[in-house]
Amino acid sequence: MTKIVLQQSYIEKKQAKVNLAESSEIVPDSIFRKFFLEVASLAIFTLHFFKEVIKPPYEFNELMKQSFLIGYKSLPLVAITGFIIGLVLTIQSRPTLAKFGSESLLPAMVAVSIIREIGPVITALIFAGKVGSGIGAELGSMNVTEQIDAMQVSDNNPFKYLVVTRILSATLMLPLLVIFADGVGLLGSFVGVNIKGDVSIYLFFSQIFQSLEFSDLFPAVIKTFFFGFAIGLIGTYKGYYSNKGTEGVGKAANSAVVFGSLMVFIIDMIAVQITSVLQN
Amino acid sequence: MPENVIDIEVKNETEYKKHGNVVIKMEHLKKSFGNNHVLRDINLVINKGENLAILGQSGTGKSVLIKCIVGLVEIDDGKLFILGKNINELKDEELIETQKKIGFLFQSGALYDSMTVRENLEFPLRKQLSTIPKEELESIIKEALHDVGLDKAIDKTPSELSGGMRKRLGLARTLILKPEIMLYDEPTTGLDPITSKEISNLILEVQRKYDTTSIIITHDIECTKLTADRIIVIKDGICAAEGTFNDLEKSTDLWIRSFFE
Repeated sequence: MTKIVLQQSYIEKKQAKVNLAESSEIVPDSIFRKFFLEVASLAIFTLHFFKEVIKPPYEFNELMKQSFLIGYKSLPLVAITGFIIGLVLTIQSRPTLAKFGSESLLPAMVAVSIIREIGPVITALIFAGKVGSGIGAELGSMNVTEQIDAMQVSDNNPFKYLVVTRILSATLMLPLLVIFADGVGLLGSFVGVNIKGDVSIYLFFSQIFQSLEFSDLFPAVIKTFFFGFAIGLIGTYKGYYSNKGTEGVGKAANSAVVFGSLMVFIIDMIAVQITSVLQN
Repeated sequence: MPENVIDIEVKNETEYKKHGNVVIKMEHLKKSFGNNHVLRDINLVINKGENLAILGQSGTGKSVLIKCIVGLVEIDDGKLFILGKNINELKDEELIETQKKIGFLFQSGALYDSMTVRENLEFPLRKQLSTIPKEELESIIKEALHDVGLDKAIDKTPSELSGGMRKRLGLARTLILKPEIMLYDEPTTGLDPITSKEISNLILEVQRKYDTTSIIITHDIECTKLTADRIIVIKDGICAAEGTFNDLEKSTDLWIRSFFE
């Protein structure tokens, strides 16, 4: 078969599609076929990412720019969400603990909940909504308006410039945002505790640090790298391969959020299983 | 065009030098999308400095044809020679070097919305940016903008430009890499007649200044009349007719003549 391509990345992009299209002749047409073709296509896309990420030249400037847009620009949203979660969780938990006379455990309980589970998962979902959809829509729109093709014909590697930088930024920024959200969430909890009580900030945080262990923090942070990677991967994949037309852009943004959020829950479930096995 | 030109066999680069005129040659080029056989058997020779216009109904594969040349679409079968090199036999590095000599003006302009005009023009030069002195870069950008009549737009964003200006900027961005071959995908679509004529004149100016060989996909007969040295008409995935504007305008075939009415 004749092959005309501009760059290696493009060869793989096209081959992925061609091979999958050819396979339609041997796999029965069904929802399962579509599912498996999508999974295979995503797997090839992922392998392509790992190949491009180690191959020079590196796009440091674009990586920094995306990290600023993805990380720094998400701080206000993450801060508000984190604060409200900490506050609400504290207010909601107080009556239950009060019934058992365990109000003093409130800071520790909220801290463990936020740091182990609620902080990472809620921040990742917010991140999927804001960043995942943004990446999907941006790349989808660039695809529709032939900007990706234009990069290709001007001796640039759009996969490296657009996809690799965004996935890396999402992977690196989400853990930082989660740590920030956890901190702000604990501040919210402190406010919640003091609505009906009088606890000094020193005492509040002393109780928290006494109750937390390394095994609470480490798995919670590690899994956020995977959350960020999945959200970045799904967002770029959906945008990069979006169908032409404005409908395609909408679908890309929508799918990026839906599948990105779904991946967060799946990874969380796996992470919890692995953590509990390791701890036992 | 002499009839024997189409029979030139381009086997390798030496052969190309012998027949120095041939810039692009296609032999039995085929491209399908699923069961849709867009290009069935395209045979075509384009000579240096020539402006070739391609006409045909929508969906007949005109854009696919030039996307095959620039490498955005893979061909299924056949041979494609660009600047004397058989694309099928090139290593990746050689292929990239060859493709660098081809400029492509997209129908929509394909400008990078998130960048200014200056950044749009700098983008194709990213790999060389560290080696080009600042003054020289500024001069390259200003020259490219001057060539397309956009001297004052350097700090604007694409959203602030009109349709004609966007096409001009797209052309400037392509010219900055000094291509030997220019491919225009419907350069005047969506423009008023006056701006269309300006763009057509610009195509001719570019050809003169940069000594390019051009392929122009268009439905605009005025643009075709003004720019094309030769015209081919694609129908059912093959070159159905070929000739000068005057030849095809007087064709006895009603379908071909309908393009010129």
